[in-house]
Amino acid sequence: MADFDQELDACGLNCPLPILRAKKTLNSMDAGKVLHIVATDPGSVKDFEAFAKQTGNELMESKEDGGKFHFLIKKA
Amino acid sequence: MGQKKLAIIATKGTLDWAYPPLILASTAAALDYEVEIFFTFYGLQLLRKDVSSLKVSPLGNPGMPMKMPFGPEWFRGINWNIPNIIQANVPGFESLATTLMKKTIANNGVASIAELRELCQEAEVRFTACQMTVELFDFNSKEDFIDGVEYAGAAKFFEFAGESDICLYI
Repeated sequence: MADFDQELDACGLNCPLPILRAKKTLNSMDAGKVLHIVATDPGSVKDFEAFAKQTGNELMESKEDGGKFHFLIKKA
Repeated sequence: MGQKKLAIIATKGTLDWAYPPLILASTAAALDYEVEIFFTFYGLQLLRKDVSSLKVSPLGNPGMPMKMPFGPEWFRGINWNIPNIIQANVPGFESLATTLMKKTIANNGVASIAELRELCQEAEVRFTACQMTVELFDFNSKEDFIDGVEYAGAAKFFEFAGESDICLYI
């Protein structure tokens, strides 16, 4: 997994909390910085794809590892 | 492309139906939508300072699974088929169902209504209460409801809804 600037643990949280927490964290970050999100909600895979597409923040990576979902989002 | 707009009319005042408007509003706000919720009739319950008294009723609600949020796996899997006549006559049945629902909600990492509502307000979702129903049900807007609510009528709702990209009646 590539480098990131900030991390958000959204494990155990269900829809729409991972997205809401991610948005809030991104708001506090500078453009170009990368946020690493870890989640356990299987629905978050499609949700983060849709989030990135609609907000213009780039989803650099999305993968599953040991039952957890990892996302790298670069703030636009 | 300008900012998208979502207009929601919230008309239900039960714990289960409190979720859809608040989930959609908070998510849309996170997707950079401008959002307004117009609370009317029983939907006004969602604006109360204390939303812990919101209840869910399994009575006459055949789509609601009745499962226990505790105990071993096999026990949790049972769907308790309780006849309406029992549900209607056992005192406190609704409170019991509500307690079980809240436990299930917490077990699944689903946000509480108070939390979702707070996230909506943080994200600048506009809350408008229908003035007519506030008076009809004799609510005291200052004492009963949270701060940051605007009071207006149907015409005010259309000012925003008429320009919205998505308009939902819940």
